[in-house]
Amino acid sequence: MDWQGQKLAEQLMQLMLVAFAVVAFIAGYVLGSFQTMLLIYAAGVVLTSLITIPNWPFFNRHPLSWLDPSEAEKHPKPQPASSGPKKKASKKVN
Amino acid sequence: MHSFGYRANAVLAFSVTILALICGIASFSDNFNSPSPDAQVRVLNINWFRKKPDGNDEVSLTLNISANLESLFTWNTKQVFVFLAAEYKTPKNALNQVSLWDGIIPSKEKAKIRIHTTNKYRFIDQGSNLRGKDFNLTLHWHVMPKTGKMLRDNLVMSGFRLPEAYR
Repeated sequence: MDWQGQKLAEQLMQLMLVAFAVVAFIAGYVLGSFQTMLLIYAAGVVLTSLITIPNWPFFNRHPLSWLDPSEAEKHPKPQPASSGPKKKASKKVN
Repeated sequence: MHSFGYRANAVLAFSVTILALICGIASFSDNFNSPSPDAQVRVLNINWFRKKPDGNDEVSLTLNISANLESLFTWNTKQVFVFLAAEYKTPKNALNQVSLWDGIIPSKEKAKIRIHTTNKYRFIDQGSNLRGKDFNLTLHWHVMPKTGKMLRDNLVMSGFRLPEAYR
């Protein structure tokens, strides 16, 4: 899942859960049935889980584009100064 | 939101938070219901009235209880517990309550009660104070919601009097 996919998944999750909660509450209140409210909300949670938890292809439509290898070679990674003295120091102790 | 487990955790946490919230609102919605139950109790007969060997008075009554408790029920009501108590004053205690009958009403459809019964639980005074005693019959109810706080209230019916002599 890419960065934009992660943002989409989070927003989708929050929006869907809130929407289902509102629908469930109104339906339950109007029908006078607490059970109806819980069933609608439970269905909403299951659906939201199925949509936002797995790594679906539509969460991967904005892949990160890394620099080309040739571009990276023009700016070589700085080497660590030296690792020699430390080794010598440890040898002296022995 | 980078991994399966992280997203699963987020969905679970947020959905349970919202569930708590809608349960809270459901509980709050009970405030819009203003119940107006009514009840009548008649004492049809005093079957017997005696002093027990240990000195306590005991009386047996035949009661006719009719009540309409439908207005106590809302969409958030699980059940209603209802009991009828005899309440009277003695020199020792300002309020004595003796439960005579009780019942559980599981649904609005069963909230119209019409019962003809002797007292389900024994009406015994702690002492010998019942002769010629004026007493109230009070219908108490506890409304048990599916979520939220249990509500309790009662309806006092006064003007009952026990006989002057044992029989």
